[in-house]
Amino acid sequence: MFRTALRNVLAHKARLLMTVLAVMLGVAFVSGTLVFTETFSNALQSSSEKGYAGIDVAVQPHVEDRDKSKPGEAPLLTQRLLDKAAKVPGAASATGSVDGHAYLAGKDGELVGQGFSRAGSNYFPGKDGKDARYPLTSGRAPQRAGEIAVDTKTAERAGFKVGDTVRMSVRGPVLNQKITGVFTTDKGQVTAGGTLTLFDTATAQKLFTKPGRFNQIDVKAAPGTSQDKLKAEVDKILPRDAEATTGKKLADDEAEMIAQGMDGVKTGLLVFAGIALFVGVFIIANTFTMLVAQRTKELALLRAVGASRRQVTRSVLVEAFVVGAVAAVAGLLAGIGIGAGMKALMPGDTMPDGPLVIPPSAIVSSLAVGILVTMLAAWLPGRRAARIPPVAAMNSVHAVATTKSLVVRNTIGALLTAAGAAVSVTAGDEAGLGVGAGLLLIGVFVLTPLLSRPLIAAAGPVLRRFGMPGKLAGQNAVRNPRRTAATAAALMIGLTLITGLTVIGGSVQKAVDKMAADSLKADYVVVMANMNDLSPDIARKLATAPGVTAVSALRESPARIDGDHEYLTGVDAASIGKLTHVDFTSGSYAALSQRQRVIVDDSTAKNHHWKADSSFEVTYEDGKKGRLTVGGIFKGNDMLKGIMVDHRTLNPHMPDLVDRQVLVKTDKGASAPAKKSLRKALGDNPAIKVQDKDDISREIAQMINMMLNILYGLLAMAVIVAVLGVVNTLAMSVFERQQEIGMLRAIGLDRGGIKRMVRLESLVISLFGGVLGIVLGVFFGWAAGEQIGTKLATYELTLPWGRMGVFLLLAALVGVLAALWPARRAARLNMLSAIKAD
Amino acid sequence: MTTSPYGAPTAVRTAEVAARATDLTKVYGQGETQVVALDAVSVDFRRAEFTAIMGPSGSGKSTLMHCMAGLDTVSGGSARIGDTELTALNDKKLTQLRRDKIGFIFQAFNLLPTLNALENITLPMDIAGRKPDRQWLDTVVDTVGLSGRLKHRPNQLSGGQQQRVAVARALAGRPEIMFADEPTGNLDSRSGAEVLGFLRNSVRELGQTVVMVTHDPVAASYANRVVFLADGRIVDEMYEPTADAVLDRMKAFDAKGRTS
Repeated sequence: MFRTALRNVLAHKARLLMTVLAVMLGVAFVSGTLVFTETFSNALQSSSEKGYAGIDVAVQPHVEDRDKSKPGEAPLLTQRLLDKAAKVPGAASATGSVDGHAYLAGKDGELVGQGFSRAGSNYFPGKDGKDARYPLTSGRAPQRAGEIAVDTKTAERAGFKVGDTVRMSVRGPVLNQKITGVFTTDKGQVTAGGTLTLFDTATAQKLFTKPGRFNQIDVKAAPGTSQDKLKAEVDKILPRDAEATTGKKLADDEAEMIAQGMDGVKTGLLVFAGIALFVGVFIIANTFTMLVAQRTKELALLRAVGASRRQVTRSVLVEAFVVGAVAAVAGLLAGIGIGAGMKALMPGDTMPDGPLVIPPSAIVSSLAVGILVTMLAAWLPGRRAARIPPVAAMNSVHAVATTKSLVVRNTIGALLTAAGAAVSVTAGDEAGLGVGAGLLLIGVFVLTPLLSRPLIAAAGPVLRRFGMPGKLAGQNAVRNPRRTAATAAALMIGLTLITGLTVIGGSVQKAVDKMAADSLKADYVVVMANMNDLSPDIARKLATAPGVTAVSALRESPARIDGDHEYLTGVDAASIGKLTHVDFTSGSYAALSQRQRVIVDDSTAKNHHWKADSSFEVTYEDGKKGRLTVGGIFKGNDMLKGIMVDHRTLNPHMPDLVDRQVLVKTDKGASAPAKKSLRKALGDNPAIKVQDKDDISREIAQMINMMLNILYGLLAMAVIVAVLGVVNTLAMSVFERQQEIGMLRAIGLDRGGIKRMVRLESLVISLFGGVLGIVLGVFFGWAAGEQIGTKLATYELTLPWGRMGVFLLLAALVGVLAALWPARRAARLNMLSAIKAD
Repeated sequence: MTTSPYGAPTAVRTAEVAARATDLTKVYGQGETQVVALDAVSVDFRRAEFTAIMGPSGSGKSTLMHCMAGLDTVSGGSARIGDTELTALNDKKLTQLRRDKIGFIFQAFNLLPTLNALENITLPMDIAGRKPDRQWLDTVVDTVGLSGRLKHRPNQLSGGQQQRVAVARALAGRPEIMFADEPTGNLDSRSGAEVLGFLRNSVRELGQTVVMVTHDPVAASYANRVVFLADGRIVDEMYEPTADAVLDRMKAFDAKGRTS
């Protein structure tokens, strides 16, 4: 039987081509994901290992018990500790680092670097006058205020040279610094597209910490001293709120973190690979169903000459195995190619160098997935093949596709659909919604054959405008409802997800816009790039800028209340009411003008069982205790929530005064000149963003769009597989109907007409899948919105009509593209061989 | 419509000859595997005449029909339908010619399963986008006895009924000439006799021209004239044949084939 199966595969290689391609794409997605993530994390790990090569023991500030110590960060390390660490037995040297954010302006005035990290640090000369972490390639190290060194990649990107003066900013105010040196570094954040600016230690401390304070101390071991031994020595000198870690442990921890991060990426990608494979299942099942139907006579003959039912099923499964194995191997190779390609395509400075890694798991899972999916999908058609009676071999008439009643199927489908819709609508949480969505999707899929007739019939009047080919196309499309359904369902799945995500994305954006419009009375929000700390100088400067009527900095300070960690938000009591709008259920902004009075949002109040005039004890960031009284309760939203308190109450307890954002109102509202004048007041600093509501809305829209684009990209694979499915179905149909097509040609339908007929059928099937997908997607978008609405008060369903139109066009395009080859084939059929009776 | 797309005025319909082959040659393959299916065949098919083409397997009878009907290309010589030279037409014109001037009846009934009987009958006209002539259509449907079954799908009809639908389809467009390829090959003898009767009636009563390829002497006996083909040449012809006479003639060929 194996040989029969093998011969069958070879005999039908053309007809199996699309199936192989579909499985191959899915498998390539899986193996590509595994190869790429493994290669990437391997490269990251080796680069991080390199980064820790010079560190034997690192000392960092450490909070031992969050519930007992001050609510803020642990205190920084002192110069004294550094000096002591350098003299510990077994220590060769100790290096202190000071870290923060530094923003460089390029020659065009824009920020340099696209990465997430724009870092600043200190150059710490060792005994030889050099810092081993940052070998200089030109110039000299920065030695005094006003001097900096930049990394080679940044220098290259921005065109900086030693001797240039650059504008930069640390926490807001503009600094003009002279570049004295360019250095190389292995630091991952820099290799990933960030920038690194070095200052001399004293300047760095002034900018980032405090004089004589360090963020980290690295101790190098003398030859012959192990890391563990050195750590034991260092431990002896440490204060309570500092901690020593060996370099190896740091590297291991980071490797672990990278692996975990990559696992997340991997899982995410594999979900999409799974979707593509799931879509592939429809195609495989369709192919084998058609192959079995076409081979009815052959299979019946096998049964007639004595093959058992089981042998017939097995022969189909063996075929599936061979197809799956070929596709899996091809997919694995393609996946390795994709992995290598992605590695090559990643912009040179975002991925550290490393060899291509092909993990054994990629090989095993690719083969297993490819073969199992194919065999699973071929199982039902195999069983159907076994039910062919031996007498079918004697039938001279070409076996017609069984028109088995769809009653059972429709009943099951209707029940599943109803249950799915009901669960989706009534679900109280995401899990419930997921179950409902799954049930609904399966239900609709089971119902597709039933839906195909009325929906495609509805397209009849349009089709008839294309004359006879149009009419025939419509009828051909509903001729085998199961086949049409499976083909359309494959496309439906992809489009459902795409539409659903688009609906959610668009609605969330609308909701955030509305929230900003409702709760923000300020004309501008001023923030630091990357949302980092902003110096209070900025708010002060803005307050005196021309045309400004109200300014409030928002600053956050960690605190402990009733044993819970909360953030206190410092605001300017006098102006916050002019800058924001919230609905108070009790009290008002006026309460803030009294000392030790706060306003809180309703959910925080509820958590702590506070009412108007409740008072509570608070432990501030600096460890001091105080009592605060609730002066007002307001309805919170994602922009304004938590506990708000006047600056005068909070400032004395903040060891380091920094702002998160500054709200600004001007006398003439938001306008381009107003914005320009604000920017000018801040020294045209590229590191500071001055945003009006439109800017904020645009930024959110960009973020949502970027996310949607990534998801579209990932779902594109499922759509491509669905295209293969349409091609497959059409090719098979053309093959099965070649006699008819020959007759049509003979009685006078020209090649163009035949092509049009196949194309229109393809279009009808694709649009059917597209419409189902879009409708389901909107439903899911709506159902998910009900969940989001409970958290995002301003959420309401917004239908992205434009994009939905685009998706429908996409479905049509799928139809047109998929029909290219089958239509050509149909038009070129040899008429004579087609009409000869078989 | 005064002129057809092939340039010849429709008035030529009155000409005596409906189709004519002159030195028609058809060669398959090349070099050693070359097979001469038709060897300079010249034959006329006269208007309002029922001609049967007979011959043993491989004699070239189907090839002759395919070439005359514009289904296959010609290697040499000329094939005409009315005044139209087929060898001069491109695929598109040839397709239009088949659609407008030729009727086809195949052995396997070749109906579209998605269309009902009436839709199948008017299919060629629907393809052309022409309105069928109601009166003529009724006549044709009555002639083949399908009045009660026009709304049936092919799978609801018997083999004989299906072939009658095919005959009606061929007749419905009032073709210049009808070609039938073993039209009774898949039918039992009673249904076969019916279909042949309709073909004969369409010639006698409706003035149609029919060319039928068959290897069944009984079927050939319905024709006005039988043309015998062997090895790609016309070897004999017979007017007003009977089944026995045709059978005798065939036996003679067979014997000759065996002795040579």
